[in-house]
Amino acid sequence: MNTPKGLKYAKTDEWVKLDGDVATIGISDYAQDQLSDIVYVEIVVEAGDSVSKGDTIATVESVKAAADVNFPADGEILEINEALAETPETLNSDPYGEGWLLKMKLSNPAQLDALMDADAYEAYNESREG
Amino acid sequence: MIEPTIYELSQPGRKGVAFPESDVPAYDLPAGFAREALKLPELSEQDVVRHFTHLSQLNYSIDGGFYPLGSCTMKYNPKINEEMARLPGLANTHPLQPIETVQGNLYIMYQLQEWLQEISGLNRVCLSPAAGAQGELVGALIIKKYHEINNAPLRTKILIPDSAHGTNPATSAMSGFKVVSLPSDARGNVDLEALKAECDETLAGLMLTNPNTLGLFDENVLEVIQLVHEAGGLVYGDGANLNALLGVVRPGDLGFDIMHFNLHKTFSTPHGGGGPGSGPVGVSEALAEFLPSPVVTIIEKGDEETPPFFGFYTPQHTIGRMKAFYGHFGMHIRAYTYIAMHGPAGLLDIAQKAVLNANYLMAQIKEDYTLAYDRTCMHEFVVEGAWEDIPDIHALDISKRLMDYGYHPPTNYFPLIVHEALMIEPTETESKQTLDAFAKAMKAIAKEAREDPDLLQTAPHNTPIRRCDEVKAARDLVLCCWIPE
Repeated sequence: MNTPKGLKYAKTDEWVKLDGDVATIGISDYAQDQLSDIVYVEIVVEAGDSVSKGDTIATVESVKAAADVNFPADGEILEINEALAETPETLNSDPYGEGWLLKMKLSNPAQLDALMDADAYEAYNESREG
Repeated sequence: MIEPTIYELSQPGRKGVAFPESDVPAYDLPAGFAREALKLPELSEQDVVRHFTHLSQLNYSIDGGFYPLGSCTMKYNPKINEEMARLPGLANTHPLQPIETVQGNLYIMYQLQEWLQEISGLNRVCLSPAAGAQGELVGALIIKKYHEINNAPLRTKILIPDSAHGTNPATSAMSGFKVVSLPSDARGNVDLEALKAECDETLAGLMLTNPNTLGLFDENVLEVIQLVHEAGGLVYGDGANLNALLGVVRPGDLGFDIMHFNLHKTFSTPHGGGGPGSGPVGVSEALAEFLPSPVVTIIEKGDEETPPFFGFYTPQHTIGRMKAFYGHFGMHIRAYTYIAMHGPAGLLDIAQKAVLNANYLMAQIKEDYTLAYDRTCMHEFVVEGAWEDIPDIHALDISKRLMDYGYHPPTNYFPLIVHEALMIEPTETESKQTLDAFAKAMKAIAKEAREDPDLLQTAPHNTPIRRCDEVKAARDLVLCCWIPE
C-alpha cells in the first residue's frame, strides 16, 4: 500500500497535504483499495463554503459500498476537483495526485496535529487488518 | 442460452390480438396529442408466452433453490398464502368500498395488528408502511414529532451502530437528524463507552438491530436501552432480524419504543420483485398516538350475537399518512395466514429452527472460512470470503462460484465492518440435506480457491450469463426500455 511521507492521515482514511494554511484533501490508497472500483463521487460542498471539522466533504460509492469523506479541520473551501464527477476512477488510479478532492484554507491549522503521519497511519492500517 | 429482448424479437406488423371491426366512428385526435414515435414491440401471442416462459426459467427463486441471502430471511413462502390472498371475497374488494362492505378485510387487519402487538410486546401497530425502510422512516418521524411535542426540539442526534443496515442512517438523515455512528466492541456488541459518550441533551434516539447484522444478539441490549432512555432518547428496533426471536424474546419487553416488522421476511410474504414488501410499525403505549394513519380499530363492540364493527382511526398526534389507502393489504392476508397456520408454538419453533440451522451450517464451514466473530450465532452468521494466503480471491469470486453449484450467493460485502463479508442466513425452512449439500459446496470452493483460483475468478461458468462488468454497469447507466438507435 502506498503511504507517501509528508502527508497527514486521519483515522477515517482522508489524507491532507499542507502548504502554508492551504490544505489539499483526498482519500488514502488504503481507502480506495478497501472500497475497490469507485463508480461515483459526489462532493457536497462548493468553493466559498465555510466548513467544520467532521462535516461531510463527499460521498464515494464503489461496486461494494458507499462511504462518507469528512473534513479533518475547520476552514473555507477554495476549490473542488470538478473532474472527479466524470472520472471517479481517478480515485482508484491516483489517490494522492489527480484524485484530490478539494483545497481549503484552514482557519486553525493546529487541528491537523491530531492526525497521523505516514508511519503511524501504516501501523494503524496493519492493526485494522488484524 | 441468452434470451433476446422483446424488442429484438419484434417484427413489424406482427400481432397477437385481432380486434373486431370498430362499431363506433373513428375519431382523429387533435394534432399534438398523438405520439408517432411510441415504440411498442410487435409479436404474436405465442412469441410473448415463449419469451416470458424462457425468462422465468432463467430466473432464480426460492421455489427453485436454496437462497441463503443474509439479512433477507429468504424462507419458503407457503402456497396457502397465495390461495388465501386469491379468495374472491378478498381479491375482488376495492379500497374505496364503504367499510360496512369490507368488514372481513378489516377483521383480518385488526387481528394481524393484535398478533404483531403480542409477538413484539408493543402496544399498538399500524399496518400501512410499504416496506422495512418506510417503517424506519415512520420510526424516525415519530421520534422527531415526539421530541417536538415534548418541547425538546434540540434533540437532533440519532445514534446508529456501525453494523446497521444502510437504511437506518438514510431514513434518519431524511427526517432531518444528525447521524452519529457507534462502533462495535470486540464481541460484536454496541460499544458501551462510545454510547455513553454520546448520551447528552442532543440525543433524540438510537436505532438498533437485534440480533444485529453480524447475526449476534447484543449481550448488553438492556444496558444500551437503559442508557438511551436515561439520556431522554427513544430506541427504535429494526425488525429485519425478528425471525430469530419469535416466541423467545419480545422487543417491547426489552424496552424498545418503536419497531418495524418485515412481513416479507419474518412472515413469509413474497420478497423483492415478487412483493410488494410490507413494513408494519409497532410502538409503546406512550407513542401510540403518533402512529401513521389509519389504524384499524373496533368502532362498535360486538356481543354474542353481533360481531364487532371495524373501522379506521387517526391517532391524535399522527405523523400523517405514509401510503395511499391502507398499505399492502394482499401482504396482510398472507402474513395473517402464516401466523394463523403456525400459532404460538409454531412461531417459537420457527425461531428455534432458524437459529439451529444457522449454527449447524456455521459449524460445518468454520474450518474452511474465518468467522468474523466466533460466537454462537442467531439466525445468520458472517464469514470472511477471503484468505490471507490467497490474496487474489475475494468474497465476490466465492459468490460467483456458488452460482455454478446452483445456489444463490449469500449477501456479500455487508456488514461493512467485516473484511470481505459473506453473510449467510439459511432460515428454518431448509432441511439438513440442503444445508449439508451447501456446506459441501462451500468446502469444495475453499479447496478450489487454493488449487485452481482461476476457476473462481472467472466464475460463474454454468449460468446463462457469465461474470457481469459491475463497474461498467454502475458507471454507464442505460435506463431505457429499448436499445437506442
